[in-house]
Order: sequence, then C-alpha cells, then structure tokens
Amino acid sequence: MSKPNPRRARPLSFYFLAAILSAFLLFLYAPMACVYILSFQGPTGGMSFPMQGWSTHWFQVLFSGDGQGVGDIGNAFRRSIRLAFVVAILTMAISLSAGMAYRRKFRGSNFVFYSAITSMVLPGIFVGFGIALMFNLLGWRTNWFTSGIGAQLTWTLPFGLLIMFIVLGRFNPSYEEAATDLGASARQRFTQVIVPIILPGIIGIAMAGLTSSYEETARTSLNIGTGNTMPMEVTGLLTAASTPVLFAIGTITTLFSFTLVIVSLIVMSRLAKRRQMRTAA
Amino acid sequence: MPAAQSAAPPHQRQVLSPKVASWLQVAPMAVIFTLMVLIPLAIIFVVSFLDYDFAQVFPELYLGSWVDLFTSQLTLNLYALTFKFVAIVWVVTFVLGFCIAYFLSFHVRSGALRLLLMAAIAIPFWTSGPIRMVSWVPLLGREGLINQALMGLHLTSEPVTWLMYSEFAVLVAYINLLTMPMVAAMANSMAKIPHSVIQAAKDAGASEGQIIRDIIFPLIKPGIAIGSIFVVTAVMGDVFIVKQMSGSQVNTVGMSIVTELNAFMYPPAAAKSIVLLVIVLSIVGLLLRFADIRKELQK
Repeated sequence: MSKPNPRRARPLSFYFLAAILSAFLLFLYAPMACVYILSFQGPTGGMSFPMQGWSTHWFQVLFSGDGQGVGDIGNAFRRSIRLAFVVAILTMAISLSAGMAYRRKFRGSNFVFYSAITSMVLPGIFVGFGIALMFNLLGWRTNWFTSGIGAQLTWTLPFGLLIMFIVLGRFNPSYEEAATDLGASARQRFTQVIVPIILPGIIGIAMAGLTSSYEETARTSLNIGTGNTMPMEVTGLLTAASTPVLFAIGTITTLFSFTLVIVSLIVMSRLAKRRQMRTAA
Repeated sequence: MPAAQSAAPPHQRQVLSPKVASWLQVAPMAVIFTLMVLIPLAIIFVVSFLDYDFAQVFPELYLGSWVDLFTSQLTLNLYALTFKFVAIVWVVTFVLGFCIAYFLSFHVRSGALRLLLMAAIAIPFWTSGPIRMVSWVPLLGREGLINQALMGLHLTSEPVTWLMYSEFAVLVAYINLLTMPMVAAMANSMAKIPHSVIQAAKDAGASEGQIIRDIIFPLIKPGIAIGSIFVVTAVMGDVFIVKQMSGSQVNTVGMSIVTELNAFMYPPAAAKSIVLLVIVLSIVGLLLRFADIRKELQK
C-alpha cells in the first residue's frame, strides 16, 4: 500500500468514521462480553448484573450434568461433530470435483451454478420442509445419515463451489502447462500439480463445511431424525433454563469454535507458506 | 476462465472427451441439488394445491390455501412485517457497512491495522447463533444493564420493556449479525479500486463526497449487490432470531410457516413458502444483474 504522506492531517470525516467503527465494535462485543463475565457468576447470582461474587459453579453444574436444565449436551455434541465431519469431507470432495469441471465449458454448467445459488439463497426452513415432505411422501423416515446429511449439503456445497471458483481463478495455469510439456498424465497433473497448489483452498472448503454444518439448524432440524444436534439442544435450553448455566454453555461453545477456527487458519497459513517457499526455491 | 483452453494435449490419448469428463466431475453436485433442492421444491409446489385435514394431506385439488394467502388480512400483514424488517435492516446495514468499509479501505493507512480491525469485525461471526441471541438478555432485559443505567440516571422510574422480546430486539439482533457480511462484500470491492484513481481525483480537486459518489459507488456496485443478497435472504428466511428475540411475540412469514408445519397444515405452509421463494428469487435475480458472481470471485 503506497503511503502518500503519513504526516498529512486527518480530515474531519476520519474522526467521525472512527467513532462509528468504535461504536460498532462496542455493539458487537458488549453482549458477548456479558456472556463470558456472567458465566463466572457466583452460585447465588442470576442471569443479569450485578455479579454475586465469582465462581466456576455454573461450569461444574454443566459438566456434572445432574439435571438443572442441562439436558443432553454431551450426546448432542457427539451427534453434531459426527455429522459435521462427514459433511465436511463430502463437501470437500464434491466441491473439488465440481470445481475441476468448471475449468472447461460444458452444457449444463449454468444449470448447476444457478441451482447452487438457489440452494444458497432459499430460506433454510423452506429447504428443510421440502426434504422432510419428500421423505414423508415416499414413506421413508428422516435419519441423520440420509436426510440429515443431504439437507446440510444443500447449505455447504454452494459455498464450496464458490470457494473453488476463487481458488481456481487464482491458479496460475502455466504450472499445469509446464507439467504437460514435461509429459505428465492427467492424473499426475491433478495429484502432483493442481492439488498441492490449491491445498489451502481445499482445506478451507472442508473447514467451512465443518463449521457451517455444526452451526446449521434451519435445514437440519426437520431432517435429523431422532435426537437433537448441538445448536438445537442449545436453543432448547435457552427456552427452558433460566440460570447462568446458559452463559457457561456460551463460554464453552465459543472457546470450542474459536479453537476450531484458529487451528484451521494456522494449518492453512502453514500450507500457504510451505507452498510459497517451494515455489520460490 | 483460465482453462477454457483445455483441448486435449496433442501427445496424449484422452480416454474421455473433455465434455464427458466435466459432466462426470459435476455429477455428484448436480445429483444432490436435484434430489435435495429441486425435487423437494416441486413437491412443495404440488402440495400447496392439495386438500388436508388435521392429520394428513389428500391427493385432491384444493385452492383454499392460495385463496387465503391473497385474501386474508392476517397473511398480508405477515408479509408487510417481513418486508418492513428487510427494508430497515438493509438500510441500516448498508449505511453502517459502507461507513466501516470505506473507513477501513481509504482512511486506515496501515495494512496491519486494517487486517486487525477486519478480524475484529469477523471474529464474533464464529460464535454460535443461539448463544449470540441469549447474550442480549443481560443487556436489554428487564433487569439488564441498559435498564439499570436508565433507572440509575432517573430517566425512567420503571424498566423499559420494549428493549427485549420486541420488534426492536429483533432488529438489533439482525443488524448485529448482518453488518459483517455487508462490510466484507463492500471492502472486497473497494480493495480492487486502485489508489491512484482516488489520488488523481483528489489532485484534480474533487471533494470526499464527490469521490464517494462518482468513483467509489459506481465501482463497488457488485459488492453492494452481493452484500445485499446476503442480508435480504438472511432476514426473509429467518425464523430463529425472530423467535428468540421476540419471545415468539412477533409473527413473520417464516414464523407462520413454522407454526403451520408444527400443526401439520402442510398445504398452506407450502403456499406461503412458494410465495416467499418467488419473492426471494426475484430480488436475488434483480441484484445479480449488478454482479457476475463467477467473474467477481475469479478476479
């Protein structure tokens, strides 16, 4: 970024916009900060300030699972994670394959592309309802392995395809041409040139699939069959429980999602760096 | 498209023609969209014309669901409220999103600071939705911080009740969640504007207002369109935020669809869904005229 003259005085609009951004950040972080602080509420404290002392009481309630409106968090978590891993891997494989198809012109490319856009922008409840209705009419039972995974893929695949467009749009085809000139077969070009270069993007798709599957409810809730997923369980708790145990759940799930995101960012930047070093060498 | 040129290399025997290879590669995705989106969509359309009672749907033609949809004042009010939410949220996220994206792109001079601020805006997006909803209770609730402050300052003698579980609360949550995608889409478009163009306009004596109106706005139209698609579809399709933040007291189209689904009233729910779908797809189609998504992403 070129800096014209760092000592130039800031215009008035700078301070105005800086104030807007600060207010927005406060608006963004204040509610979440309340959750984290209140999760350490004392055993006699309630769901709002002031704090009645500090304790880890509500975390103990959460992990001891002795009733008190904590429900079935452990099982819901396992269900969600299992679903998220399957969906992430499927999203990665199907998007990669479809992305490769879009490197050529083919009939029907618009059909698939606009199906993806439609699937992405449709109200989730509508897609969920449609799938449940179809299963109902066919006399099949909804089940996490069939309708559940299918419903979630309608949400993750469009993003996977769009990420593939970004990734392949930045892919420099001269590497591939060089490989072809050296006599590489189509398979060698794919496994030894294209995939290693776009690997950070592919992992990005898997991570996006993992996190969005873990968070999705609108499409999933009608199609998961028996048992709740994590967000459904948490939503249920929100209406049932009225103790700071909710905030303890909030702190724990946030820690978990952030760990997930940070780990994936580290993996992706590591891969990108390694690739850069190799290209430079 | 970088690889439209992939005619088979001359010294290689292609097993598949490129076209067939593409079809095979895209097939899994096409199958899933057909099975899980297009066919269910067709089924919903058909069911909206069928008769029903308290327990099941009969295969008999019945237009009542559609007649009710267009004549019942109650239903029209649902759509009116949904549009009101969309309009307010779009205007606020657009103004707020533009101010923030513009500030980050053209006022913040240090690249590292810009990246840090972008991250700060994006991070809350990875917090689970229901948790973000419940986080408003300690702030906006009856005994929340805002009411404590208002009463402490003797501005009111009783807690203000419309802060939480109200239309206001729903709007607050929407704006809180949906400003980020608006900022991201617009900042992404702004990053593609060369600084030399802005500098040239400044040197020629253009004011900041003129630069925004005549240079930046026309160049970020694709970003505005993509951000708007995100905001509009999120609000129109939402049921969870409305439910949580209004305590089930505010009824939008999405909420009424859910209510009917729970009561096994599939045909009216299907008819409402179809109308909602047509509205959403028309808006998206209109917005896509301003942005070629595939071209935008490949740049």
